[in-house]
Amino acid sequence: MTTETGSLAGLEAEALAALEAAADDAALDRWRAEWLGRQDGRVTVLLRGIREVAPDERAAYGAAVNALKQALEARLEARRQALKRAELERLAREGAIDVTLPGRPQPLGRLHPITRTLRDCLDAFRAMGFRVAEGPEVEWDRYNFDAARIPEDHPARDMWDTIWVNTLIDGKRRMLLRTHTTPNQIRVMERTPQPPVRVVVPGKCYRQEATDATHEWMLTQIEGLAVDEGVRMSDLKGVLYEWARAMFGTDRRIIFHHSYFPFVEPGVEMAIDCFICRGDGRQCHTCHGTGWIEILGAGMVHPEIIDNAGYDASRVTGFAFGIGVERVAMLRWGIEDIRHFYSNDLRFLGQF
Amino acid sequence: MKISLNWLREYVDVRLPIDELARRVTDAVAEVEGWRVIGEMWDPALVRVAKVVAVDPHPNADRLRLATVDTGERTVQVVCGAPNLAVGQTVAFASEGARLFDGHTGEPTTLKLRPIRGVESAGMVLSERELGLSDEHEGILVLPEGTPVGVPLADVLGDVILEVSTWANRADLLGMVGFAREVAALTGGVLREPSREFTASGPAVDGLVSVSIEAPDLCRRFTASVIEGITVGPSPAWMQERLRKAGMRPINNVVDITNYVMLETGQPLHAFDYDLVRGKRIVARRARPGERLVTLDGVEREFDGEMLLICDGEGPVGVAGVMGGGNSEVNEGTTRVLLEVANFRAGSIRRTSTLLKLRTEASLRFEKGLGPEMAMYAQQRALHLFETVCGGRIASGIVDVYPGKEPPRTIVLEAARIAQVLGIDVPVEDVRRILGDLGFLVHHVPPAKYSVQVPSWRPDVEIPDDLVEEIGRIYGYDRLPATMLRGTLPAPEANPVMSLRERLRDLAVALGFQEVINYTLTTREKLALVTDPLDTVRRNPLGVVNPVAAQHAYLRTSLRASVLESYAANRRQAEGPLRLFEIGFEYLPVEGDLPIERPVLCAVLGGSREGRWHVGGGDALDFFDAKGAVEAMLGALGVRGTFTAAEEHGLLPGHTAKFGVGSEMAGIVGQVHPETAAAFDIEEPVFLFEVWVEDLVRHLPERPPYQALSRYPAVRMDLAVVVDASVPAGAVLELARSHRSQGVTTRAELFDEYRGPGVPEGKKSLALRLWFRADDRTLTDEEALKVRQGLLARLGREFGAELRG
Ligand SMILES: [Zn+2]
Repeated sequence: MTTETGSLAGLEAEALAALEAAADDAALDRWRAEWLGRQDGRVTVLLRGIREVAPDERAAYGAAVNALKQALEARLEARRQALKRAELERLAREGAIDVTLPGRPQPLGRLHPITRTLRDCLDAFRAMGFRVAEGPEVEWDRYNFDAARIPEDHPARDMWDTIWVNTLIDGKRRMLLRTHTTPNQIRVMERTPQPPVRVVVPGKCYRQEATDATHEWMLTQIEGLAVDEGVRMSDLKGVLYEWARAMFGTDRRIIFHHSYFPFVEPGVEMAIDCFICRGDGRQCHTCHGTGWIEILGAGMVHPEIIDNAGYDASRVTGFAFGIGVERVAMLRWGIEDIRHFYSNDLRFLGQF
Repeated sequence: MKISLNWLREYVDVRLPIDELARRVTDAVAEVEGWRVIGEMWDPALVRVAKVVAVDPHPNADRLRLATVDTGERTVQVVCGAPNLAVGQTVAFASEGARLFDGHTGEPTTLKLRPIRGVESAGMVLSERELGLSDEHEGILVLPEGTPVGVPLADVLGDVILEVSTWANRADLLGMVGFAREVAALTGGVLREPSREFTASGPAVDGLVSVSIEAPDLCRRFTASVIEGITVGPSPAWMQERLRKAGMRPINNVVDITNYVMLETGQPLHAFDYDLVRGKRIVARRARPGERLVTLDGVEREFDGEMLLICDGEGPVGVAGVMGGGNSEVNEGTTRVLLEVANFRAGSIRRTSTLLKLRTEASLRFEKGLGPEMAMYAQQRALHLFETVCGGRIASGIVDVYPGKEPPRTIVLEAARIAQVLGIDVPVEDVRRILGDLGFLVHHVPPAKYSVQVPSWRPDVEIPDDLVEEIGRIYGYDRLPATMLRGTLPAPEANPVMSLRERLRDLAVALGFQEVINYTLTTREKLALVTDPLDTVRRNPLGVVNPVAAQHAYLRTSLRASVLESYAANRRQAEGPLRLFEIGFEYLPVEGDLPIERPVLCAVLGGSREGRWHVGGGDALDFFDAKGAVEAMLGALGVRGTFTAAEEHGLLPGHTAKFGVGSEMAGIVGQVHPETAAAFDIEEPVFLFEVWVEDLVRHLPERPPYQALSRYPAVRMDLAVVVDASVPAGAVLELARSHRSQGVTTRAELFDEYRGPGVPEGKKSLALRLWFRADDRTLTDEEALKVRQGLLARLGREFGAELRG
């Protein structure tokens, strides 16, 4: 018994050593014939020799030899797989590609940087409960100016150089390309019978002015308007503060300067602390050494405009602001020339 | 406006450093755009005040002279070429090593002394240019008489000039006194107003001139005085220095006084030569249409009937509030001056100066709305200066015609309004101090009201919220907390067009298209390349009166030209496929109303796919790439388009389709006509598609049509049929897709179209891949074959299709 099992173990070791030495399919076939061949494989012969084993040892003998057979078969299969993989990998290495060659170009579209900036701004305001509305780009002078308390012959009209549409109505020019999104303050309140109003209105605006690195005649603006009982200037500060943090980083600070726009009272201009030089760059091109970047105009909606909307100006107050999207985009990416935006050069657009 | 800090100090103490002052002023008053320090470079030891004690000719040069100069410490000799050099002058003197500006190049330099034409020079008498004061280099700078000799020049001439941009409603800020009042309120200082005292020793003014206002709606007040015994000459050096620092050119003592007082008070003044005023009377009246006058700038101007003129007994002598006439100008021989200080309606002055294209220091102030009380203030201030500076004899009395006199405005401000608007309470004592410092008369009416009288120089303050702004800006907006909006949210407003537009934008990007944004104004010629001659709307775009450039004169009625231009411009520097799109408006004119702004997505694509590393590439994008993009977008939106062959101006016939969703056309796709492409300098085949957002949005399902997934597998089969070449493949496909039989649905794709050997002439073969599926069971092949047979029979009936053998 012990000799039998002992000799089986010796046999297995011998077989495995031979298997290890077989290096191709032909050698494997030969090995299989020698050890597991149906006729005279050495393990087959052992199985057949069971008749010569003492009857009370036959069961154990048979089990041991069968186990050996199965073990060898499994090792054979594993050896085949290993050789196959080795061959595959050898061929792959022979045909190695240059992995430093560039990948094949894929069609990749991108949004215009103004669209991206506009969307990011609108998202920030949506998160504060603002709805998004729109209004016409070709506008009546009544909405663009008069209703915004900028009458004809008022020097405040100098703040907006206007492109007029060449159409006479009752002998007068009344149609223009809106110079700001402010007319939408009037339009939104007109169609909202009762406050609350909480809306942002994006869109293109136009100015009759010469272009240079910081001036463009076609602009994208976002008008903001919140009107309700209890709307305060401190809320304006809070809303714009959150917006500034969303666009320029959570550690931003903001400041209001006194300003004048006929449609707000009080009127302010908002600046954010310079995130380029963090306030100590005398040579800083972004803030010109002041540490502050002027970024938008805002204020409390003039009570006359609240009144004209049919709201009770003694109870209802509101704030409004106007953001220049190009300016925001220039600041966030450090773009040096506003004229890049609408020249549509893919070398520029491909960077965003 | 340029504010000299030295001049400002005459009216208010300024203790803040300049950058702090600038910051505070910007926060609360008006924007300080920057400042210039005069004398920053002047070394106190090397650039000093000196006196010219003798002038002798240069032995070797006619144009040069030798000046003997008392520097306070010693007497030295310098060589000087200035023609205005004279004994007794107080001058600026620089010693060796002083930092100056080069008189010729204007560049900073260090003074090095050399003998000039053989004569040693101990220093240099300086011009304004060398000091960096102005570009004046004709002669030396002459300092005011009495300037102490030997002191550093920086002590007497050093200054800071603030460049301040003021607001359109604040005429008072265009005067030093008004600006000083703000600084006083901001810094807790006290305003010192300039003297307006004078002695009237001349004859009664009433006997010298009469004034009448025939247009009281345009002229609210007219004051006039007469000064006799004047000698016209240069104004004193201190006055000239201040005018120059303010950016004005000194002219003569009379004109300089009017300008000086204007800079001081914000109120424009005008001096006439009294002896040139015909009839000794002044009339303020509307111009007679076509009336003309040569103004002081030498230009003859014509007026309309709404323009206000200042006339004498015979005709116009000035354009009210804008510019005087040449016919009554003060000149060297003038001995008597008629001084006009008036108040005109702001809008009228603005209209006149705009129409005449004549913006002057006076009109810029009047158009912002001056308080009429300032007229008398400035009149008296000017008379004080005429007396002290020109030694004139002032006629007794001042003519004052004042039809527009109004009582002072009083505003009741509820204290609660301050918190309602700003969000914080401002203590009573701060409200009183701030408004008081700004010149308002404040009565606190306990418990919670203020009765506020508005000063005459602040006509811009009309309502309680104007007072809230005064309080808020001086109190400081930095004291406002950042709070969040309270209350209910407005109802959401659905905007399906905007939502679809943004969705299309994302889809186009996902399909590899780059977004562009073009100017919305273009030319008629470009629009004509891409719009149909019979399309009277698009061929007649709205023009603008004053385009920024000729190529931006018409509002585009089609996006195609813009996107093709973008394509062409980028093709010049990019190889490979280009895919561009823009979403914007077509501006379609409407008679008598605003144009329709029609949102459209327009995309252009073309070029060859790039092959790389021995694989693929080289084949050009074609119609089916464009159509595939459209189908992908529509598919993502949950709809399928129906494409039908179409013809359209600018697109190639036989290669263009319109597509509809539901009953409506929603866009177009096609190859750009090669001639049109060539007109945009595009040589390769390019394809274009448009999605008409508003037409599409009406036929979109509110949410995508959802179908539960079948638990049973589909049976896949192919079917090739032969049909007449004229049968549209789309119709065959549509029929296959709609085929249903005994609870079995059909999904179909068309994967091949073939003409050629094996298919009869005039026919084509269409290969369909079909998936049959039942919701309630696994189909057997036999069942599927039966359904396919049924489909084939229908195709046969509808299109004469036969199974391809
Ligand atoms: Zn900076």
